[in-house]
Formats: sequence, C-alpha cells, structure tokens
Amino acid sequence: MVVFALLIINKAGGLIYNRTFHEGLQKLDSNDYLILAGTFHGIHAISRSINPAPAVQPPPGYRRPQTTGIQSLESSHFRLTCFQTPTGVKLLLFTSPEQPNTDIVVRRCYEIYGDFVVKNPFYAMEMPIRVEKFDRSLGAYLVRPG
Amino acid sequence: MPDPDNPAAPIFDFKDGDSIPLPPPKPFQSTLRYPSNRKTIYDRNLNRTQTAPTSLPSFAYVFNAIITYIHTKSGSVAEIENRLNRAGYPIGIKLLDLLLYRQLPRSPQRPTRILDLLQFIHGTLWRSLFNRPADALEQSTTKKNEYMIVDNEPVVNTYISVPKDMSQLNCAAFVAGIIEGLCDAAGFAMEGVSAHSAGETDEMWPGKTIFLLRFGEGTVEREEAMKAG
Repeated sequence: MVVFALLIINKAGGLIYNRTFHEGLQKLDSNDYLILAGTFHGIHAISRSINPAPAVQPPPGYRRPQTTGIQSLESSHFRLTCFQTPTGVKLLLFTSPEQPNTDIVVRRCYEIYGDFVVKNPFYAMEMPIRVEKFDRSLGAYLVRPG
Repeated sequence: MPDPDNPAAPIFDFKDGDSIPLPPPKPFQSTLRYPSNRKTIYDRNLNRTQTAPTSLPSFAYVFNAIITYIHTKSGSVAEIENRLNRAGYPIGIKLLDLLLYRQLPRSPQRPTRILDLLQFIHGTLWRSLFNRPADALEQSTTKKNEYMIVDNEPVVNTYISVPKDMSQLNCAAFVAGIIEGLCDAAGFAMEGVSAHSAGETDEMWPGKTIFLLRFGEGTVEREEAMKAG
C-alpha cells in the first residue's frame, strides 16, 4: 500500500504541482509530466460531456459540476484517483492498486492545499506551487518513515 | 440677480441641453451588517474574561488581505514589515487598557518596571491573543536595552510561507507592532520592536520567531534610577 505521487492541475489544464513520494513509478521528465497533465485534463473534460445518464437539474447555488468525469483509473500496477474541486482544480493521486480509502487521502491533500496554498498571501492562483509549508505538510502526511 | 417678479425663477437660465438634471439622491442605506440580536461588539460587556475564540481561518483571510494589499503598495521587504508594524501598533495601544481592565483580581496594576512589562507581554498579552504564553523571554547579553521574546510557532504565520526571494520577511511584524504599541502606551518609549525568523536551522520549530524589543535610552535610565531607589 503506497502513495506514489501527487499532481495538481489548474483549471486551464496546466500542471502546477508534481511531487513523487515513493519510488515505483516510471521516471518521466518534466515535459512528459506537462503532456500527461494536459492529456488527462482533456480526457476528463470529454468524460464529463459524454455522460450517458440523464441530466439532473442541480439545486440553486450548487457549484459542483453536474457530472464528475473520471474519478479513478485502475490498472494492474497503479490506481489514479482524481478529485476535482468546485473551482476546477484537479488533484491526481497515484497509488498502488491495494491502497484503501484513496478518496479520503486525496480529500485530505485538498485540505492541505486549501490551508497552505490558497490561504498563503504570496501565492498567485493558477501558478506553479512553490510553498514551503505545503511541501512540509504533505510530506508529513504522505511520506511514510522507513 | 433674482427676478423680483418671480422669486422662484432660477438665477441662471440654462438653455435646454446645457445641463443634465442630477438624479434624485438615493435614501441613505447603511451597508453595515448587524448580528441578528442587534448587539455589536461595542454593545458587549468589556469585562468578559471567557471570550469565544475567533476562528483562525477567518483571521487568516483578513490578514491575508492586509498582506496582499501592503505587498502591492510596498517596494521592499523593510517597507512591508514597517507597514505591518504600523497596522498592529494601534491594537497594542488599546489592548493595554483592555487587558489591565480585565485583569483579576480587580486591582489592576500597570507594569511600571521593564521586567513587569515583559512578563505582562509574555504572559497576559500572549494568552489573550494566542491562548498560550510565549515560549521564552531572554535578555541580550551584549546590549542592556534589548530583550527578546521567543515564539516557536507564531499563530499569525500558521498558513504563511514566505517565498525565497523575500526570505527576510516575517509577517509576525504585525505582532511586533502590537507589542510596540502596548509598550509605548505603558509609558516605555521604544526604539522599535521587530520580528526575526530564527527557524532555518531548527528542525523542530521551522517557524521560530524572535521578537526583539529595543527600549529607548530614557526608559533604561529611568529603570536604573528606580533600581537605585
């Protein structure tokens, strides 16, 4: 049970955060990560629009998109959990397939993002995240000692 | 000149199209919002010792707005700290009286000696602002007018990470301003209070902050005169 990596994609499809917590993923160079983020952003948008279920009228003031799009992708060697915030930021969590409660883990990552990135006066929205306390707090949560 | 036959006629006779009639003034509507019981913070009893804690994220939101505003207005790190300090200063002036008024038992004593004042800041002020005393109180070994109050993790910096190019900045300068206002109001003229980060090498407390209190010359002289009796 391992959390491999966390990627954060802004609402325009740009990669704004990318961190590996555990060995086990293929090494990709930074350009490949950007392509991966952009591609996933596109596929996610398509998956939302090809929703086969009939559209339900959301209650007034409800800001979440009506269809969530891809929430998780699973293969024999990894599971990708995607969490989209109401403002369109996507958090992508790469874990091993056996990792339980990935939705809770990714939600906790969102809380850390909300606390240390969004509440930081020196962070400009949609820009790459270089925030010390965010790194430290994520590390404390996701890096297992040993 | 008013027309004597028709006093109601306007003094100036504008031709059509020369003037645009002003819209009728809107009735004044206050945008202030009141709590449902119409009791604002000013209507409450001053002497509440058990206060409801303020929400940290709400504070962070307002503090964030202050910093963003100051950041866009200032050119240098020193100016940002200076402006933050000035934002805290009036709070300190008012807090001194409020805290003395709330002190128990009902025989409030003003701090008149430097050590009393430092204890007051370290204990009473910190407890009322952050619900815990400060972590250390030290005197400078080289200069006798300098004292240091150490906070291992300032509450105001909880969500703030300073970018690398401004690493000198510590937003606890706001708290330094509160301290400076409080000392000045207590009659201790200050040369200045500043906040310094000291956590770079500290594994345990990376946000460690030292508040450096520099008392003015007159204050130190008076203290020595009082000591001599």
